[in-house]
Amino acid sequence: MKSILPVLTVIVAVLLIWVVAVVPMNVHLTADQAQRDGAVVMPDTPIARKEVSGFALALKNPHLIPLTYFGKRPNLPSPHQVAAEMFNTIFGKKITSKRSLVYHGWVTLAPTLLGFVIGTFLGVLLAVGIVFSRVMDKSVMPWAIVSQTIPILALAPMIIVVLGAAGIHGVLPKSFIAAYLSFFPVVVGMVKGLRSPDQMQLDLLRTYSTNNNQGFWKLRLPSSTPYLFASLKIGISASLIGTIVAELPTGAKAGFGARMLVGDQYGQPILSWAALFAAALTAAALVGIISLIERGTLRKMGMKPA
Amino acid sequence: MTQNPTIEAKGLHLTFETNDGPVHALQDVNLEINKGDFVSFIGPSGCGKTTFLRCIAGLEAPTSGEISVNGMSPDEARRARAYGYVFQAAGLYPWRTIGGNIRLPLEIMGFSKSEMSERLDRVLDLVDLSGFDKKFPWQLSGGMQQRASIARALAFDADILLMDEPFGALDEIVRDHLNEQLLQLWARTQKTIGFVTHSIPEAVYLSTKIVVMSPRPGRISDVIESTLPKERPLEIRDSPEFIAIAQRVRDGLRAGHAHV
Repeated sequence: MKSILPVLTVIVAVLLIWVVAVVPMNVHLTADQAQRDGAVVMPDTPIARKEVSGFALALKNPHLIPLTYFGKRPNLPSPHQVAAEMFNTIFGKKITSKRSLVYHGWVTLAPTLLGFVIGTFLGVLLAVGIVFSRVMDKSVMPWAIVSQTIPILALAPMIIVVLGAAGIHGVLPKSFIAAYLSFFPVVVGMVKGLRSPDQMQLDLLRTYSTNNNQGFWKLRLPSSTPYLFASLKIGISASLIGTIVAELPTGAKAGFGARMLVGDQYGQPILSWAALFAAALTAAALVGIISLIERGTLRKMGMKPA
Repeated sequence: MTQNPTIEAKGLHLTFETNDGPVHALQDVNLEINKGDFVSFIGPSGCGKTTFLRCIAGLEAPTSGEISVNGMSPDEARRARAYGYVFQAAGLYPWRTIGGNIRLPLEIMGFSKSEMSERLDRVLDLVDLSGFDKKFPWQLSGGMQQRASIARALAFDADILLMDEPFGALDEIVRDHLNEQLLQLWARTQKTIGFVTHSIPEAVYLSTKIVVMSPRPGRISDVIESTLPKERPLEIRDSPEFIAIAQRVRDGLRAGHAHV
């Protein structure tokens, strides 16, 4: 609970910057509209106004400032517009409606979770292989690293198209891309975690004449638990990003990614921003859930988070 | 005594190959340790005392020479779980309770549940930690943690106990206390103990045999059979006999140094 004050401070600071930025970002649009509605604006032609910076224009026409917060298609929606849109689309619509953010959220969340499970499973499996086999250490690790240097934005459509051609549609292709992003932090964290026991602890097991199998279950796996949770927290947010990216370039009809794209294409930034914040809140909630599980597990194990 | 020694080293050499050339960790080490002996290895760092203990444990392989433990090679002895090993740090698993840590070797060796709890109670009593089995390591002081690690080494009842500077990280008062307890434990269990230390009083107080070692190359410079009685109150350290032995150990250490 000690973290509440710093977190609130940052939120307030961000909101403040946002609120101030709305005026210069939108004032030109607002001025055009106000003039059409019969108000007096200085300077009096759009071309002349283009020469003036946002701040200067707002200072010359202070009566425009309140209006910048209520534009229909603003360059930068104001916080209350985004909040209202979110409230409307989260609570104001039936969750089965195509206009409900909850509906779109679930469309994105399902592949995120599935991809996260696949990615985590794959990551742990690879890490175990890498730790126990020199051959895998030398051969798999470099490829795992290379896999993350390929821009996912370029790769995602290819994967969707290829899988689509193979007759795989729906949740699975998106999960695949989510897994592609989330397995990597798990591999890296788990390799480090499984290798974290020091020489003395390994020697101790040797004095008991312990086999590899027992060493894994009794020492390596429990030692790696704090590392696993650190990786899972990165993995699940990577998974969500993966799913959204998978929705962007492929003309998906639903999901946060589709919402953002629709907002952009049809000049409805409020829609995009609402989807963006909903996605951020979802990610925060997912990370929060994993943190809770982490705290419970480690407390039960008598350890502190890594 | 005609009985075979429990641990016997003959012409033991061990050379580590490093980037700066070979390091002679052990050179021509010959030693016999009989059943029930309490043998201390003392010497400055780099004299090979820990390396020798690790050779006995089969954690390090000598370059040449022979070493036998209970009539077996060290590696066979290790597989036969012939010894318990106590390291410099307690090295308890933070995610296991004290009881869980002591059960660790028993689980690995496949003891039955009832046998485990019986042994747990017994060794906890031996190291004076009864009632602490549900505590986690971080809830115990350093000295208690080290006692728990000794209990862990005793749990499977090997008749050899190898200890590598087990009290090195503890303060003098705790150390005195643990030394006293260790002697009582030794008297009760009749184990053969190999004990590495760099404290002269500790070595003299505990041992029936003191092996003085010197560095570069690591070798034995003196073996002192202690004339102190088995019953040793802490005050014995002020007796002339004790001081005489300590003096001889000091001389041995100094002689080893003169070679450098």
